[in-house]
Amino acid sequence: MEERAAMVQRSVERIKQLIIKEFIQVFRDKRMKAIVFVIPLLQTMVFGYAVTMDVNNIPTAVYDLDRSYESRELVRRLTASGYFDVRYRPGSPAEVRELLDRSKVTFALQIDRGFSKDLKRRVPASVQVIVDGTDSNTGIVALDYANRIILKYQRDLSTTRPAQAVRIDLRQRAWYNPELRSKNYNVPGVIAMVIMLTSLLLTSMAVVREREIGTMEQLMVTPLRPAELILGKTIPFAIIAFFDMVLVTVFGVLLFDIPINGSLALLPLSTAIYLLSILGIGLAISTVATTQQQALMSTFLFYMPAVLLSGFMFPIENMPEVFQYLTYLNPLRYFLIIIRGLFLKGNGLDILWPQMAALFVIGTVVITLSAVRFRKRLG
Amino acid sequence: MKFIRIKAIAKKEMLQIVRDPLSLAMGFLMPVLLLFIFGYAISLDVDDITTIVYDQDRSSMSRALVADLSASGYFKVVRYAEREQEIEQYLDAGTARVGLTIPVAFARDLRGGRVTQLPIVVDGSDSNTATIALGYFAALTELYARRISPVPVQALIETRARVWYNPELKSRNFIVPGLIAVIMMVIAALLTSLCIAREWERGTMEQLIATPVKTPELILGKIIPYYLIGIVDMGLSIAMATLLFEVPFRGSLLLLTVISTVFLFGGLSFGIIISIITKSQIVSSQISVVATYLPAFLLSGFMFSISNMTRPLQVITHVIPARYFVAILKGLFLKGSTVRVLYTEALFLLVFGVLTFAVANKKFTKRLG
Repeated sequence: MEERAAMVQRSVERIKQLIIKEFIQVFRDKRMKAIVFVIPLLQTMVFGYAVTMDVNNIPTAVYDLDRSYESRELVRRLTASGYFDVRYRPGSPAEVRELLDRSKVTFALQIDRGFSKDLKRRVPASVQVIVDGTDSNTGIVALDYANRIILKYQRDLSTTRPAQAVRIDLRQRAWYNPELRSKNYNVPGVIAMVIMLTSLLLTSMAVVREREIGTMEQLMVTPLRPAELILGKTIPFAIIAFFDMVLVTVFGVLLFDIPINGSLALLPLSTAIYLLSILGIGLAISTVATTQQQALMSTFLFYMPAVLLSGFMFPIENMPEVFQYLTYLNPLRYFLIIIRGLFLKGNGLDILWPQMAALFVIGTVVITLSAVRFRKRLG
Repeated sequence: MKFIRIKAIAKKEMLQIVRDPLSLAMGFLMPVLLLFIFGYAISLDVDDITTIVYDQDRSSMSRALVADLSASGYFKVVRYAEREQEIEQYLDAGTARVGLTIPVAFARDLRGGRVTQLPIVVDGSDSNTATIALGYFAALTELYARRISPVPVQALIETRARVWYNPELKSRNFIVPGLIAVIMMVIAALLTSLCIAREWERGTMEQLIATPVKTPELILGKIIPYYLIGIVDMGLSIAMATLLFEVPFRGSLLLLTVISTVFLFGGLSFGIIISIITKSQIVSSQISVVATYLPAFLLSGFMFSISNMTRPLQVITHVIPARYFVAILKGLFLKGSTVRVLYTEALFLLVFGVLTFAVANKKFTKRLG
């Protein structure tokens, strides 16, 4: 019994030494310290500030042929909505074309001559809207906004009494993110992204480097057992991942006011479960790659599809069915639902447990398989 | 500069690439895989929005409204709720994104000409989908109201909407051209960011230093093989985009090749700079991801329009080469732009290429230690 305890103690000691060695090696390069700190910060900033599908300040050209009070009023309403930023006032159709061709504007409004006269005579007055369809998302939203503003204007001008017309009053509410800020959706997701990229790259490259430089042999002649080697090679990066998770959370809350509606205690727990898969995949890559170049390429080859098919930026329901099923294998998918649920919806274990269970199952399978492969490659 | 020495370095690098078929294969697989995913799996078009309806009215008019919503293709009713709490349950669990309650007096109020309130809740966590869903909903109810209105609604303003360049507003046409720029940038940097650091780490740099090769010769020799890979990737991407995804290509292929060459030259030199500065593959890989992939993906206007970003960030995008390449590719594919329109962007890429090459030359010291 005592002997066993001593063995365990020696094993723990060996793992500890390997972890210390790994930390020394990673951080011997002073730039690594900065990188571990800067990458999460940069990603939080970029995703918080840049990644937004919210459409506003659409660069707009107005070609006003009517130059009347009514036409100016319509333009004023467009500007006042905050969605359109009138930057140019072209004087001819050719100029409108040029502005759109050069992508100076993505939206053009042409108010035909006689607009105000027609309005007064109650004859349909005509306006023309041209949208640059290159960016289809902005195009759809811009058309929708413009339509609504014009309809509203028309209604205000209309003399039909409300009693005669059918009136439906939409009372819209957005739950979980009432102001519909895309930051609230994106920033929690950054935790998942940062952990994935950093841990994958570090784990796979750290192992492959030993092989590439030839120091793996030195590790093999030490009394380290394969299992200990695996633990010693993954725990340091798990620690870095936890550090990054805390960093992104703090940045997100401080910089972007991201709400935390759920229990924060679930965050480290689910991160740990998520890490099972990520470290497992990192290990698997290290068994396939023989050079760091290969490790980098394979990491990317895994990372990109995993991010794209996770629901991080592109809703899963919009994908064809085959791809929707494929996302069930993606650990990122579950982790994203969990963190967004935690941050925005205030979900607890009662709602999130199926996600956590799925993540746990995937993680266990992945890490077991890659550990087996890793041992084989050692032997 | 001697051509023969550039050739020798290029040949050596080429041999090294060929002897690592796994990396090479991945270099070709990457654009194919990314285009495949973006072409087939990802769509920004929002439809089939999962909806739960709590119809308290259960009248023919309320059913007609729901039928209109489903028939539009934008909304998919996943459940008719029995109780109000169900809406909350479905939205909490994410099984539905939109919850619509049709109040008891819906039909009566409509017929009586009274204002009818229609409470709709939407899961705002995905703000983009939520905004679009609300827009669709408003438009559909407007149509519905007009359809059932006893008095014909007078159309005062007639809007003629036209969409240029991408008349069907297909998101694929919008994404694929820009994606090619992103792929090129990532490939360029991934390929070269390790290629000098590797020589340092393995100790083969000493051998290179001992040869009479000069710095610009070494860098050019290193760039050429990767340029070939890049340009093959480019051809692959264009072929996939036009043949498989039927994205229109309206510009000149020659112009595209020239500009891509300039862009690749800059991108590859940039990767070399990272590699020279770090001298370590693990550091290099981390930096190249942050310095190339993130900006190219997020700040280039490839998908997230620059006019929506905050001011400081908009300023930053001006120094991101991918921004100009994305604009050029979108112009060439969809707008059929010519040099006359694209020359400023092309000029910037040229400046970027010359600058990075110069910096790479300056940073590289042919000395040990």
